[in-house]
Amino acid sequence: MRYLHLVVTGVTGLLLILGSLDMPGTGDPNSPASRHVSPRYIEKSLAETEVPNMVTAVLADYRGFDTLGETTVIFAGAIAVLLILRTGRKED
Amino acid sequence: MIEKQESIIIKTLCRMLVPFVQMFGLYVIMHGHSSPGGGFQGGVILGSSFILLSLAYGIDEVKRRFSLASLTVFASLGVFLYAGIGVLCVMLGGNFLDYGVLPVDEPRSMGMLGIEIGVGITVMAAMVSIFHDLITFE
Repeated sequence: MRYLHLVVTGVTGLLLILGSLDMPGTGDPNSPASRHVSPRYIEKSLAETEVPNMVTAVLADYRGFDTLGETTVIFAGAIAVLLILRTGRKED
Repeated sequence: MIEKQESIIIKTLCRMLVPFVQMFGLYVIMHGHSSPGGGFQGGVILGSSFILLSLAYGIDEVKRRFSLASLTVFASLGVFLYAGIGVLCVMLGGNFLDYGVLPVDEPRSMGMLGIEIGVGITVMAAMVSIFHDLITFE
């Protein structure tokens, strides 16, 4: 029973390592991630969005709704810290 | 609580550094759509300049210039600006955050700049607000 945690952790780690062996190499041009949407962004983003920075085009235009969520998360984080730490004190 | 720093070297150095840091932060925000950078990075740089100021001059000096309540307003304003541009696109007949319908030159580029500014304001205000809350907590 004492070593159960160790066994569970070890087996999980081993499974994760086994799973990662099938991953494509870093920067492999034939990997699914490089073949699916990336070529379209690279070829069309300047014509479609008028900005030379491809990263911003994806971040702010193609996935603008996602970035709105990210901004809201940061806002919510600030509000959460405010609610927890700034209670019962007079604003000065 | 961070007390007022008495060292003249630190104070002078921070006073000289802060304008350049803020200028660089604004540059990173404004050029986010044409060079590496953007609202998140620029907002953090801008926020760190205010944190540097409060480290060198004490929290009261920074509070005298803008209150903690105004930081919350700024954080909401950034999200409002972002969502407002999205709603504006809907009102002008496009989809939500479809900048192509904005009535300006290069509408997509300008729309992106607008939301980057919104993100920058929110990130800056949130960072400084969290920092102030953490160091003034007793």
